[in-house]
Amino acid sequence: MWKSVISEQMRRAFAVAKKDLRIYYKSAPVLIFGLILPFFLFLAFFIGRNMPMERLFTGLMAMAIFFSAMSIGPAIVPFEARSRNLERLVSAPVAVWALLLGDVIASFLYGFFISVVPLAIGLAYGVEILHPVILFSGMVLAAFCFASFGILLSAYPPTDVPSTVMMVSNLVKFPLVFISGVFIPIWEMQDWGRVVASISPLTYFTDLVNYCTHKSSYYSVFVDFAALIGFTLLFLIAAIKIHERTLPERLS
Amino acid sequence: METAIEVRDLTKNYGEITAVNHINFKVRKGEIFGFLGPNGAGKTTTIRILTGVIRPDDGTATIMGYNILKESLKAKQTISVVPEMANAYIDLTAWQNIMLIGELYGVKKGRQEKANHLLKEFQLYERRNHLARGFSKGMKQKLILCMALLTEPQVLFLDEPTGGLDVESARLIRDIVRQYNRDGTTVFLSTHNMEEANKLCDRIAIINYGRIAAIDSPENLRMESSSLKSVEASFDKSVSASELSKVLHVTQAKKIGDKVRLYTDEPHSVIDSLIDYARSKNLTIVSLNTLAPTLEDVFIKLIKEHRGD
Repeated sequence: MWKSVISEQMRRAFAVAKKDLRIYYKSAPVLIFGLILPFFLFLAFFIGRNMPMERLFTGLMAMAIFFSAMSIGPAIVPFEARSRNLERLVSAPVAVWALLLGDVIASFLYGFFISVVPLAIGLAYGVEILHPVILFSGMVLAAFCFASFGILLSAYPPTDVPSTVMMVSNLVKFPLVFISGVFIPIWEMQDWGRVVASISPLTYFTDLVNYCTHKSSYYSVFVDFAALIGFTLLFLIAAIKIHERTLPERLS
Repeated sequence: METAIEVRDLTKNYGEITAVNHINFKVRKGEIFGFLGPNGAGKTTTIRILTGVIRPDDGTATIMGYNILKESLKAKQTISVVPEMANAYIDLTAWQNIMLIGELYGVKKGRQEKANHLLKEFQLYERRNHLARGFSKGMKQKLILCMALLTEPQVLFLDEPTGGLDVESARLIRDIVRQYNRDGTTVFLSTHNMEEANKLCDRIAIINYGRIAAIDSPENLRMESSSLKSVEASFDKSVSASELSKVLHVTQAKKIGDKVRLYTDEPHSVIDSLIDYARSKNLTIVSLNTLAPTLEDVFIKLIKEHRGD
């Protein structure tokens, strides 16, 4: 009984994801905050600093997957609340968790496929991937983790103004990029910096990319994967709980 | 008679304002149930609660036997909604919008055939691959109805379905609603349009200030408002309404164009009195009609009574 209910809800979650990808992948906030902004941020920090290709590759991969996987998620709920599409979805026989999971799946797919571009660029410039399976698994896990984080960021405040959510989202995203070993490797940070870095999920993906390209990492691969799984569950459960509480207020 | 919707003590507050105030009613399976009320009376709030968009502060309801709070997914599976403001995805085509609803409701069997049939029925087939962004208000409303009917709902909620539409589109929508109702769909219709309610509904509830003022068939509501019966007369010479209000059994007189409408509980006695009056004043009666109250008259009367005017 429960199995069939869950599998039916999963199918509906995929329908939501398909709709999200059709509508939002080319929307202005997604293009600006998911692609253009991180690309220029990357150029600003790495060009002209005479860094080895592996360091550039780590930074590019981390920023691409982090910004792109988090670009669709925060925009969907406020956009749809304003256009009253959310009301239609809520009146359909789709559980709130399935609606949100659909949004997460769309963000995950967008983030994952966008991050294939820097991967291809890295390979073209001679970056050697020492552990392709680990890198692929890390990309999948990180994209899902950041996609869940994006949905969590749209949960509060329960507004129908997309720019408010994008502002809050950027307020959280930018500091995380600076503390996650993207620009300064974790092993070069001071002790307090490492403590701060450990609270960011991006740190663990950056560390995994380092492991796959430099033969060295700060944490063990096991810790990186465990942390990404832990953050994913935390973000997903928190997003569902908070959205369930704030949805009536958003629709009032 | 089996019940499709049962509302018990439903209440919704927005701050200090009570939008829906302990309302109770039942909608029978297979009927078209009208929900009438002035702006802000609580019609849309009631529909939004029943369709699971917002939660009530008190009370509950069942739809096709499923509690809307405890078995909300099962209740939602039996319904479809056409909201007041069309909410199709404007960046999807008509076809993609309909398919999305099919997927969200788990419609598997014959989804594409049904969609094609509905698009043809609503005269949207030629535009099926166009984005809804370019659709007129009427086309968007038809698309929303296509989306709602694809799921073959047992209960169809319509919130002002023909508001702002041209006569032809409004008639098409009314005809299709009637047809689906004949095939067994229960319809819950919220509307401002008295004519529409009169023509479509088996029973009507009138809501005001969040409370139900009356529930009955349109005919019974009209008949019960005996004080709204009237006699309309015109004479060969001008006669003032104030003079005619003194005629026996007339409760109120109104000048309407070249006619005078006389409200009364006893139309036949008023006709006798009018004939006597015309003779005494040497007037010729040009036309004389007895009128039953319109649903609009009943609506205005009930709303005023409820307001305490």
